[in-house]
Amino acid sequence: MTQPLRILVIQHDPARADMLTDALRQAGETEVMILPSDSRLASRIKELGPDLVLIDLANPSRDALEELTLASSPADRPVAMFVDRSDPALTRAAVEAGVSAYVVDGIRPDRIRAVLDAALARFHMFQKLRTELDATRAALEQRKIIDRAKGVLMRARGISEDEAYALMRRAAMERGRKIADVAAAIVTASELLQ
Amino acid sequence: MTPALEIGFMPLVDAAPLIIARDMGFAAQERLDLVLHRAGNWSMLRDLLDLGRVQAAHMLSPMPVARSLGLGGAGPAVETLMVLSMNGQVVGVSPDLARDMRAVLPGAGFGDAGTTRQALRAARPDGLRLGVPFPFSMHAELLDYWLGRQVTLATVPPPDMAAAIGAGDIEAFCVGEPWGSQAVELGEAELILPGAAIWSQAPEKVLAVRAGWAEENADLAGRLMRAVWRAGQWLSLPQNTDLASELLSAPDCLGVDPEIIDRALTGQLLTRRGGELIRSPALLEFHHGAANFPWRSQAAWIAGRMARRFGLDRRRAAHAAQAIWRSDLYRQHLADLAILPAASSKLEGACPMPQAVGATRASLILSENRFFDGLIFDPSADN
Repeated sequence: MTQPLRILVIQHDPARADMLTDALRQAGETEVMILPSDSRLASRIKELGPDLVLIDLANPSRDALEELTLASSPADRPVAMFVDRSDPALTRAAVEAGVSAYVVDGIRPDRIRAVLDAALARFHMFQKLRTELDATRAALEQRKIIDRAKGVLMRARGISEDEAYALMRRAAMERGRKIADVAAAIVTASELLQ
Repeated sequence: MTPALEIGFMPLVDAAPLIIARDMGFAAQERLDLVLHRAGNWSMLRDLLDLGRVQAAHMLSPMPVARSLGLGGAGPAVETLMVLSMNGQVVGVSPDLARDMRAVLPGAGFGDAGTTRQALRAARPDGLRLGVPFPFSMHAELLDYWLGRQVTLATVPPPDMAAAIGAGDIEAFCVGEPWGSQAVELGEAELILPGAAIWSQAPEKVLAVRAGWAEENADLAGRLMRAVWRAGQWLSLPQNTDLASELLSAPDCLGVDPEIIDRALTGQLLTRRGGELIRSPALLEFHHGAANFPWRSQAAWIAGRMARRFGLDRRRAAHAAQAIWRSDLYRQHLADLAILPAASSKLEGACPMPQAVGATRASLILSENRFFDGLIFDPSADN
């Protein structure tokens, strides 16, 4: 049994804080604390000793976290991640580049990642921000896999693109599956047979 | 085709050279389209630069130095192309502390760092908690230099300084304008000292880029530096102050009353609500005395102080910091515009009055450069 991940949310807006808390609780075993940003932030964080701090990228209080990077013991340095609404692209870039994670120590990064990914996904769902983005990404992903499967069939059977697509559609209809699932099966099979 | 250049800034009066370069056409004159991004905090501004979302940023002078010393998290190396402003900090205290200081030692003038320190120590013999905008800031270095170890520095976002005093979290602060004047306006603070009284030539903000960018984009870098230099020159002319205050007050720039911005630009401060305006020369300088030249000795001073505070090897720190202080690029790109000093390093604090020094053309008058305690910093010595 692992210890719950102690997450501190720094958020002024109670409605947003509640949403994040709900999302985090649903996402995994977590203990969520909420603190409005104030001028004693650094010492409050030290007292609470969270594994993770969630704060908006543009929150002016973020600079107080910088003090914590100077803490002598790595265990005193929490990981900070961002849950910004203002600039989702920058938030994602920051998370991917790892600039937001000051130090990861003592806790398994994959665990943080899993909980956060799930929590953030839910959070964004609440905010109706994610849906469109994911749909686009899924559509792109599907189209890519269908195109690849078409290519596999065209090569294997010496047929045209339209014929390859018709073949997949028929197979999907007969089996009651989605065309993307059939395409994925074709691509997987062809990779195995190579 | 005018290339767009994305630049990050914090809403402070000393972001003026960037805002004015855009608004007064100095960028256009260099065929540049400056796109300014206002950041919510210094960490975010650093992220924007690290991630390449902006090509250049308005930064606290110790920030690139901290990066070169490995302080404050990992990231790509950052370089200083030029100094954007000198001085501009103010020290403020709660009205209670101001009253106690007057009671123990009356008559400390605004600008008298020695007597003010005495009054502060006498009023709070057990130490004091002061707010600074960022752990790596000239504000923190000046307070540390002036007051030593008896005080505790806490990071407080500048717009929150007044509230933090009101809540009793801090009793004093060192901050850039307009936030000191704003705290005075709110009745939460009295200003007791300009930063210039601690060090009269403290490089406050710099123009920072990722290491290598200025070489890969030499033409762009040169145009940006010249546009910013011209904006600083324009800002140094008194007849432009009103217009500058107006432009800076725009909601997407500082978003505060132009009258408050005026105080920093004219060097006339209201130290307490309902008091009289006090003239504070050299409060904030954008141009005169080769203000924009990135002297390597400035980097060495900052690095030396930080090494002392954070327990690093001072010699190595000074070496690392001077390497990212690009006086060579400044010489390259501003040769036709600015009068350049013959040397790239100088004794800091050794100039009790304005002084002419060797320069490329004509003569260059450097401003008064002294520390409140009269000490001289020699970058070549192991001090």
